Amino acid sequence: MSTVPDDLRYTKEHEWLKPAGDGTALVGITDYAQESLGDIVFVELPKPGAKFAAGASFGVVESVKAASDLYMPVAAEVLEVNSSLESMPELVNQIPYGGGWILKVRLVDAKSVGQLLDAAAYRQLI
Amino acid sequence: MTDALSRTPLYEWHLRHGARMVPFAGWEMPVQYTGILEEHRATRTAAGLFDVSHMGEALVSGPQAVEFLDQVATNRLADLAVGRARYTLLCAPDGGVVDDIIVYRTGPQAFLLCLNAGNTPGDVAWLQSQAAKFDCVFRDASADYAQLALQGPHAVEIAMRLAPATVRLTDVPRFSFVEIVLSGTSILASRTGYTGEDGFEFYLPPDQASAFADALLKAGADLGLKPCGLGARDSLRLEAGLPLYGHEISREISPLQAGLGWAVKLDKPGGFIGRDVLAAEAAAQPARRVVFFILDDRRMARADMVISANGKPAGKVLSGTLSPVLNQPIGSALVERGALDSGAMLTVDIRGAAIPLRLAKPPLHKPA
Repeated sequence: MSTVPDDLRYTKEHEWLKPAGDGTALVGITDYAQESLGDIVFVELPKPGAKFAAGASFGVVESVKAASDLYMPVAAEVLEVNSSLESMPELVNQIPYGGGWILKVRLVDAKSVGQLLDAAAYRQLI
Repeated sequence: MTDALSRTPLYEWHLRHGARMVPFAGWEMPVQYTGILEEHRATRTAAGLFDVSHMGEALVSGPQAVEFLDQVATNRLADLAVGRARYTLLCAPDGGVVDDIIVYRTGPQAFLLCLNAGNTPGDVAWLQSQAAKFDCVFRDASADYAQLALQGPHAVEIAMRLAPATVRLTDVPRFSFVEIVLSGTSILASRTGYTGEDGFEFYLPPDQASAFADALLKAGADLGLKPCGLGARDSLRLEAGLPLYGHEISREISPLQAGLGWAVKLDKPGGFIGRDVLAAEAAAQPARRVVFFILDDRRMARADMVISANGKPAGKVLSGTLSPVLNQPIGSALVERGALDSGAMLTVDIRGAAIPLRLAKPPLHKPA
């Protein structure tokens, strides 16, 4: 029922990563994740320039019911955060793979993406 | 605990209406249908329909029914008129809260009690043991009732559409009830609720709950009635400043600390269980108090986060969520009296940031 696009990579913690091919990537949370969380009312974002190890918590997404940590899929540096989420956190619910993206990052090692789940493996997980 | 979850008579109805089901107090309950924010706003601006069949019910009758209830309840019940309902706490001998309940007087010697779902087994054991000392009969009747709450500014109008022309539901006062036939179903309709809005709570036979819920939804469709889950029920009650057992009141948080002294009649003839401890606490002033607050921030305070006064720990958060009406974080906290009396600036530690608490008097969604 939840959408899992074929061209993205995934984590077990329900983040997605979309490599641009130039060593950068977009990061967000999956349709399954936003559906489970319910109405998202606040996203706590890191500052551009911040560096995170694979699996490190880079922010928090708050629904009406609870706060949940966001985890960096692979080692990366934050280039840009989606500033639209400040006034419209509901974009994460509405378009999780589009306008609801959370970070633009520079990958420390472009090959690390290979360690992430592909769409078929993520579908198995959910 | 591997016990299977209980299901209300509306389980299939919830699935049919697209509910997301979650475990709550031993029950499989709808947390939301379309979304907590939308359901919350529907209840504040139009009307919401809630399945609260997980709540427990008990019946008390007999010559000493009222003496028994006045012994276990903190509020006074002897003067409760037939057809009226009253909120009360049940306390343990040490003054801790066993449960908060509504007592309905259905006859001179007959009462219906509405109990919290998670507390029902404990309440039944406790009340049974106390009832044995009186000439009365106590019975757990939870399986005999479904319960639906219809809440919001249009709730009474919607209920009226199902009532015979001779019954004027608008004339039923707050905390009163009538036993009537609505949409062919025999119902106890009580002008009470847990949202801070006008409306009714309906007690009805379980096998008719699904058809009655459908009839209500149909009757209220043009007025914006929506099915609402436990998520909205919780954010509505917190905005309204209504206590939730296990959060604002518990075995550890007394009614006086919770600001519910109005429901504790220390001078009641014959006293009541827990009275002496509560009287001593009242005389000495409670050492800590439940307060409600608004945050001028986007981050939300959540249960168990630490409250500080001038940087020193002085309490903890009991409940926290977003107020969908204010679009700001709101919550309740248990704070030491010294910190409150000193006027010190209170903060809540949210992931390492000290966010100032703005104390506010409920209803939080209606700024003073």
